Amino acid sequence: MIEVKNLTKSFEDKTVLNDISATFEQGKTNLIIGASGSGKSVMLKNIVGLFKPDSGEILYNGRDFINANRDLKTEIRREIGMLFQGGALFDSMNVEQNVKFPLDVLTTMPEDEKLDRVNTVLKRVKLENTNKRMPSEISGGMQKRVGIARAIVNSSKYLFCDEPNSGLDPQTSIKIDQLLAEITDEYQITTVVVTHDMNSVMEIGEYIVFIGNTKKLWEGNSDDIMHSGVQELDDFVFANKMMRKFRSLS
Amino acid sequence: MSNLGRYILFLGKLFTNRETFGTYVRLTLDECIYVGINSIVLVSIVSIFMGAVSTLQTAYNLLNPLIPDSVIGLVVRDLTILELAPTITAIIFAGKVGSSIAGNLGTMRITEQIDALEVMGINSVSYLVLPKIVATLFMYPFLVILAGSLAIAGGYLVAELTEVLSPANYFTGLKTEFNEFSVTFALIKSVVFGFLVSSISAFMGYYTKGGALEVGQSSTRAVTVSCIAILLSDFVLAQLLLVR
Repeated sequence: MIEVKNLTKSFEDKTVLNDISATFEQGKTNLIIGASGSGKSVMLKNIVGLFKPDSGEILYNGRDFINANRDLKTEIRREIGMLFQGGALFDSMNVEQNVKFPLDVLTTMPEDEKLDRVNTVLKRVKLENTNKRMPSEISGGMQKRVGIARAIVNSSKYLFCDEPNSGLDPQTSIKIDQLLAEITDEYQITTVVVTHDMNSVMEIGEYIVFIGNTKKLWEGNSDDIMHSGVQELDDFVFANKMMRKFRSLS
Repeated sequence: MSNLGRYILFLGKLFTNRETFGTYVRLTLDECIYVGINSIVLVSIVSIFMGAVSTLQTAYNLLNPLIPDSVIGLVVRDLTILELAPTITAIIFAGKVGSSIAGNLGTMRITEQIDALEVMGINSVSYLVLPKIVATLFMYPFLVILAGSLAIAGGYLVAELTEVLSPANYFTGLKTEFNEFSVTFALIKSVVFGFLVSSISAFMGYYTKGGALEVGQSSTRAVTVSCIAILLSDFVLAQLLLVR
């Protein structure tokens, strides 16, 4: 479980996040949603430690991440897997080397065991027989799946995804969403996904935090999101014609 | 001044929260090939021509019949060891390897590969930059030795192929009043220049912000700042070590 308490973050004079609290539970697919520029990626980067919050607390299973000493911080970070918006695969390494990388650097596992583990996770993300291909030789969707495989290969307890569907077609997006939900349930990890894709929200949102105007404006699940009564959220959810049609029908 | 402070903090991060020794050995060997072996052809070509042209131009300027031809060999030798081999090669090295280091790290930054390392709990500065600096410190002095040798060989080719001086006179000049400290001085300079090029270029690349355009700008800035640092340190080292 990850607890975010009263998180505030500013860049120079501009406040991006103001007193945001949320609890992301284990085994659930948690979503942070909001319009572009609302600060959802900044929130994610604060949670994983890429940014330092101005104030607030971030607790990983009760362990204070912000004020942790270097050893504890490293220990927590090594329990984190993250899928970046563009995949962030290492260009100079092939698929197998990319996925094996966390095991090479963070563990003392024997080589054959590492390869077994790599092949297991690659099979799990349906990428068998791509081991020797370079990131530039595979599609965007495949790169995202390699990113997921790399994020979970070291038995991560926490999985973070920054806009996993950006640049993907709707069908591939749904496959990625389903894969994330399956992995979350199967490995009982705490998954936090940043997205502005309403398909993802409806498909996998078990706990959703909506951010707007620097604050948390709403929290709930995908069943409640249609009836939130929050104007900003309604504007976000029913921004496209299909959702408006769906609302009028229901 | 703030950039200087950030650069010093950046260097400090090289030695904190490191990975295993074996990881660094593997990465450093890869970098040795990248920064050293892959630079041999360019350094060789430039050095041979540098030595050949220096010989021709020195001969062109020594028209006085009272000055023996062997002085050309002496001038080319000292010019090569003291300045051309360590300093001019450093500027070429900054253009080839420095821009590549900055471009590589800048691309890793904007494609979030550096963030990916940080999220895994890896000190990205230490992991990515330390092997590049160690490899450069190790390989650049070899490149300088190679450059010096080939430049002197380039001078010999001129003596052999033209009539500006005889090979015998050239060799006599090479052996006249040789001061061994010149070689020590060149090697000290090579270590300092190697460190400056690799660390400044890595610093510029590591803190790239933006997109592809900014990666290019970081590479250009890396070369410019490295060249200025090389020339400044060249002057300081000459003042400290040569002027008595």
